Amino acid sequence: MTDPTFHLELQEHEKTFLDSNELIINMGPQHPATHGVLRVILKLDGEKVLGTECVIGYLHRGVEKIAEHRTYTMFNPYVDRMDYVAAVSNGLGYCESVEKLLNVEAPPRAKYMRVILAELNRLASHMLWLGTHALDIGAITPLFYTFRDREEILKIFEKYCGARLTTHAFRIGGCLYETYEGFEREVKKFLDFVTPKIGEYEELLTTNRIWVERTKGVGTISAKDCIALGVTGPVLRASGVKWDIRKAQPYATYADFDFEIPIGQRGDTYDRYIVRMEEMRQSLRIIAQAIDRIPEGPIMAKVPKVIKPPVGEIYHSIEAPKGELGYFIVSDGSTQPYRIRVRPPSFVNLQALDLMVRDQLVADVIAVIGTLDIVLGEVDR
Amino acid sequence: MVDYIKSYLESTTTPGQAGNMFWAAVYILLIFLGLSVAVIAMNWLERKILAHMQVRLGPMRVGPHGLLQPIADAIKLLIKEDIMPSQADGFVFWVAPIVVVITAFTVFIVVPFGPTHAVTDMNIGVLFMLGVSSLSVLGIVMAGWASNSHYPLMGALRSSAQMVSYEIAMGLAVVSAVLMTSLNATGTGTLSMIGIVQSQQAQQVWFAFKFFPLGLIAFFVFAVAMVAETNRAPFDLPEAESELTAGFHTEYSGFRWSLFFLAEYSAMIAVSSIAVTLWLGGWLRPFPHLLGGSTWDLVFSLLPGITFLLLGLMAFVGVFRMPKHPYFRVQTIGLAGFGMVLGLIGLLLFLPEVRNRIQDIFWFSAKVAFFMYLYIWYRGTFPRYRFDQLMKVGWKALLPVGIGVLVLTAVAGVLL
Repeated sequence: MTDPTFHLELQEHEKTFLDSNELIINMGPQHPATHGVLRVILKLDGEKVLGTECVIGYLHRGVEKIAEHRTYTMFNPYVDRMDYVAAVSNGLGYCESVEKLLNVEAPPRAKYMRVILAELNRLASHMLWLGTHALDIGAITPLFYTFRDREEILKIFEKYCGARLTTHAFRIGGCLYETYEGFEREVKKFLDFVTPKIGEYEELLTTNRIWVERTKGVGTISAKDCIALGVTGPVLRASGVKWDIRKAQPYATYADFDFEIPIGQRGDTYDRYIVRMEEMRQSLRIIAQAIDRIPEGPIMAKVPKVIKPPVGEIYHSIEAPKGELGYFIVSDGSTQPYRIRVRPPSFVNLQALDLMVRDQLVADVIAVIGTLDIVLGEVDR
Repeated sequence: MVDYIKSYLESTTTPGQAGNMFWAAVYILLIFLGLSVAVIAMNWLERKILAHMQVRLGPMRVGPHGLLQPIADAIKLLIKEDIMPSQADGFVFWVAPIVVVITAFTVFIVVPFGPTHAVTDMNIGVLFMLGVSSLSVLGIVMAGWASNSHYPLMGALRSSAQMVSYEIAMGLAVVSAVLMTSLNATGTGTLSMIGIVQSQQAQQVWFAFKFFPLGLIAFFVFAVAMVAETNRAPFDLPEAESELTAGFHTEYSGFRWSLFFLAEYSAMIAVSSIAVTLWLGGWLRPFPHLLGGSTWDLVFSLLPGITFLLLGLMAFVGVFRMPKHPYFRVQTIGLAGFGMVLGLIGLLLFLPEVRNRIQDIFWFSAKVAFFMYLYIWYRGTFPRYRFDQLMKVGWKALLPVGIGVLVLTAVAGVLL
């Protein structure tokens, strides 16, 4: 009771039998719609949400602390376990950060491969988001459609590096594996396969009356609040801010490609849905361009066997499917990082939950948790 | 004994009206059995159809194409530990599922499967059905309250609010159908379920198509309200899985839970039966005008047998498509046996004696099955409404439309 985190508890004089006071409900950590082990304490007046409080840490594994006892190379697979839905993006961010610290650059072919795989992963992540988000709002069918198509992406990953989820696809200085025989053909085939499928998802939802009613005007957040809270990714863009690190601070070879940043106006759940759907199409565009232009050449830069970056610190961020994923690495010149701090998009975006659901209904809490697209592995690390 | 049975078969009223207690009891037993089988079949069909809509296979392991899955599930539920939360109100917790099941089954007393195929025919049949089926909300509230837990309580509150509000729209739609009965040749209206179908027969029109488009609108209002009334998608808020885990039956498990399940599905069948009786001509066969005459009568009376033969044929196709591996031998034999039973039923249905008696039941069941399919289809297609939107649809859309249709039906009835 004295625990400061639980300030939503009822006051002693409010606790009466059959009272009409606020109801305090624990949503999670075991709840079908909190996407893992998020616990949200809801203060309800009937169905209306008076306040929320997120309790996190159920999936805390101390990834940042582990880093201090691993060499740079050894820590590489750990980052895949943060946002396990978009493991490739995590790996990309980490490898690029360390490369920046080492002052080496991956060869162009490796960079193109990284872009292709990262964009495929963005598609996979958005597909998983769409399926679960729709499931939370009650449409059960899109989940199976998106999982069917996500499977094709995972098959490409599996063929490339042997793993489907926690891929560990990249190494510091480039890629370890050359693309397999027929990689380009298979990716092209996948692009042809998935393009009409995105229309199929939209057909089920975009103009569906119930879907529109459930999402329009729900969980609205203004651009100002987004910036104040540090919210990034599709959530920020749906509020009308044209901020995408792929364009703003191009990394890998994103500067070479021609693609748009979809933005919304109202910053509600429906806009976020539209923005993400459009982002999937833009990802397809990027992949198509990358697969056409991918150069020949080496895939690994010259990096020493024992990675010993010079003393210094670096912050490097990439546009992960969920927002800005940043790595702040402090090196003391040894083989192990002195400190690694991850800026996880899910964790920062989750802070907007309370603002977005206040004075809305219980069902909207579910919709907003879905639309924030959080992965608890990344929130807790 | 034989004479006794024969005397009934030639009777023209329901056993309840004839005061024939033996046959009434037999009917009740048959309906109870048939309903249980229908719920089991519905369970399997829902999982299969939903699975195929969602590009997956559904149950495939227990029996050929998972045909025995519902039975396996039932056994699992029966032998599961019966958990009662320690803080629960024991008696209410115990009695709630029973209340729900009893109300769900009682309504079938007046459902007319044919002109004589009902337990009894009441002159207030429709009223009885609506009244008894709305009692189930009592059981749901009891379940939610007795669980002494937040989520079930919220589920129960949602459920009661929802069922009460949609009953009004539903009632208005029903009244317009009842008004239509009073406009028949004799000029007397009726609330009796059998009387309503007979007046559709006399007027030579299903009420859904009467006073076009008034009947159709009233039918539509009822069709929406009945989905809400049975707490099914897209109105499944009381048991919204993603919000309230399982709503009012969160704390129930094992056999008690299966009673809720049974009640939900038989309530679906019950409201579909009302819809069929009131708007779709009950046991009457389709297209009496378009495809009239004794030849077509014969063709339509052969359809039940043909349907069963086709089902049997499908089972045999399944037998030949079954993998040849010895592991599948039992399944193959079972499926062949199932196909044979279906085929035999089909052949039996070709006998003139049986055919003429059974086709009422067949058409009624076929129409109800159509509604059951719609239920599954809705579930596969629609997201879930939010609570305030649900209330908005009920009070601001369906209710005014229902009143409008009622008034217009009355006006049309006087003028036409």
